[in-house]
Amino acid sequence: MAQNLIVSPSPHIVHKDNTRQIMLDVCLALMPALIASVLIFGYRAFMLTAVTVAAAVVFEYLYRKLMKKESSIGDCSAIVTGLLLAYNLPPTLPFWMAIIGAFIAIVIVKQLFGGIGFNFANPAIVGRIVLALSFTAKMTTYSYPDNGIDAFTSATPLAAAEDPSAYLTLFLGNHGGVLGETSVLALLIGGVYLVIRKVISPVLPITYVATVAVMSLLCGHDPLYQILSGGLMLGAIFMATDYTTSPFTRKGKLAAGIFLGVVTCLIRFFGNSAEGVSFAILLMNIILPYINRLTRQKALGGGKAK
Amino acid sequence: MKGTVNRMEVILPMIRFLDRSSLGAHVPHRKNTRESSTAVMPVPQKIVLMMSQHIGAPANPVVSKGDKVYVGTLVGEAQGAVSANIHSGVSGTVAEITEMIASNGSMQKAVVITPDGEQTVDPSIQPPKVTDFNSFIEAVRQSGLVGLGGAGFPAAVKLSPKNLDGVDTLLINGAECEPYITSDHREFMERSGDILDGIKAVMKYLNLKQAIIGIEKNKPEAIALMRQKIDTPSITVKVLPSRYPQGAEKTLVESCTKKEVPKGGLPADVGVIVMNVTSVSFLSRYLKTGMPLTKKRLTVDGDIVKEPKNVEVIVGTPFSELIDFCGGLTSEPVKAVQGGPMMGVCLFDLSYPVLKLNNALLVFGEKLGHLPKPSPCIRCGRCINGCPMGLSPVEIASAYQRENKEELAALQIDLCMECGTCTFVCPAKRPVTQTMKLAKEYMKKGGNA
Repeated sequence: MAQNLIVSPSPHIVHKDNTRQIMLDVCLALMPALIASVLIFGYRAFMLTAVTVAAAVVFEYLYRKLMKKESSIGDCSAIVTGLLLAYNLPPTLPFWMAIIGAFIAIVIVKQLFGGIGFNFANPAIVGRIVLALSFTAKMTTYSYPDNGIDAFTSATPLAAAEDPSAYLTLFLGNHGGVLGETSVLALLIGGVYLVIRKVISPVLPITYVATVAVMSLLCGHDPLYQILSGGLMLGAIFMATDYTTSPFTRKGKLAAGIFLGVVTCLIRFFGNSAEGVSFAILLMNIILPYINRLTRQKALGGGKAK
Repeated sequence: MKGTVNRMEVILPMIRFLDRSSLGAHVPHRKNTRESSTAVMPVPQKIVLMMSQHIGAPANPVVSKGDKVYVGTLVGEAQGAVSANIHSGVSGTVAEITEMIASNGSMQKAVVITPDGEQTVDPSIQPPKVTDFNSFIEAVRQSGLVGLGGAGFPAAVKLSPKNLDGVDTLLINGAECEPYITSDHREFMERSGDILDGIKAVMKYLNLKQAIIGIEKNKPEAIALMRQKIDTPSITVKVLPSRYPQGAEKTLVESCTKKEVPKGGLPADVGVIVMNVTSVSFLSRYLKTGMPLTKKRLTVDGDIVKEPKNVEVIVGTPFSELIDFCGGLTSEPVKAVQGGPMMGVCLFDLSYPVLKLNNALLVFGEKLGHLPKPSPCIRCGRCINGCPMGLSPVEIASAYQRENKEELAALQIDLCMECGTCTFVCPAKRPVTQTMKLAKEYMKKGGNA
């Protein structure tokens, strides 16, 4: 009997889920929003998304090639970053600006810090913020729906007068705004899929949205309007739940959700920027090590870890 | 007052939900042999009795080359407080006393016996005289019984905790949460009477009020059978969720009694003694016959074993003969594991002998023998949410990499029981459990690598 047996430490079986599968699940969950954006803004939304995703993947490939590191495009995380960045751009943005955004997200924020798992902030969020600060005019030129259906005729609804009869429009997303954030329905479908597939925990998104609702009530704003408009749903479901830049434990996710909700509302109600969600998430990313340290689990029989 | 209670009933689970997820892992069951009633393997060509088949000091050989031994003859005598006797399972002649490398890498004494095929029972074997607690513990000590769930802790030590007066519950571990293994399941199906007799004996001599039999819900036949056979209200069956590692001692105690075993403590500290179901069943037979522990049921399975089944085998039988009894292998073996796939130890040689504490032999071919290549950690936190102890493997791994002793102590790496859940759930396929073992060892040595 042959005796060339492998001797390795236990366990000897592993779960079938892998990084690539998780990233592909996220891509799939983002598809309803892409379809919605094409229906709302026309084919250019699709073109911009395609260019951004392609740029993200190419930058990831070129950087690893240049640095003589093993290629990492197989894990599909660059596709997710590309999609999320595109969803944060107005559909009319020139392609070259989107490519700059992809460069910042992939090369500056992700690869320079060590690649997947090492980025200190969500690459797509930083990409969006840098573009918003550099090309403010283009980044805030929110286009109107391109399908002839009666819609908001104002700029992004958050900056527009509040119109209580428009909840359904907000929910379906047939209004001006950035590419992927307008249709709450499409984003929710993706979010439910991710929760069912156990890719994300619902704790953070639910806490985030609930905190925004409570804060709105306290500050005398319409909670439903605040939840349905702006980038809240995209941010809560897809951006704030990014593994590397969100807390590990349930307690941490709860704390982060409350923090995000409070900061978002403060920026929305007392600031004059439309970037409430983006800056809130960036701030959460930066204080993440502290959140993780303060919200560790209580070990079985071992008291609280300090 | 009533309102307060109701509010607490809502609040406490919420605090528990936030304090520790302890999701464990939904491992595949692969209980292919659950219907396979135990086949008795004939006497092998030779048996090799390792002198360390338990946790604690190795036994010392009390036979020498050329000695005649019988079934039940004492071959190795327990050394010190935590140790266990070892007996021959065959009648025959001692061929040699040698040294072998054990699967943990250490050198161990071993007694090799050539069977004569007669299976003559040692004339001194007779039922032990048990009248009270002390004579009961002495009988358990003589029987050579160790924890048969896989840990191999000497039963006599476990059954005589320092604070016996504070113990009121006997917890029978029938979770069998490891994939493939059905050996305890067969014990339920084939020897339910022995199990109940054993439980009653332990309850009687240790003066325990109640016994709980914990069985995972993936064994409905065993649950139904035990519920039907139980004839006293002091013994109950607790149906456990099918979630690895449900059978881990501290997890089991929490699931069945809602009590947390304190760090560095024993289940006895919260009034519980945990025994494996096969152990307690053996104990009742020993009390009736006086025949010590010389046989063990093993589940033989794996993708290249021709006839996977449950086999009753004489302790010391070489694994290679056990494989032959199961029809041999369909292809070259790539990996062989004694125990389950989550915590089992790899064999480096199939001529290695069966130990008392073994409950399975798994042989894998090319398909299941290799694990996928690791990739960078994506910090998804699945290891944290899975960890049954509520630890933070991803942070422990990072602290270990930085050789940060204070951080490792704060993260309580010493609580890790190396159950394998973190590696199993890791989507980046990283050997997390191995890193936990290294970090634990590093801290044991006082932080010197």
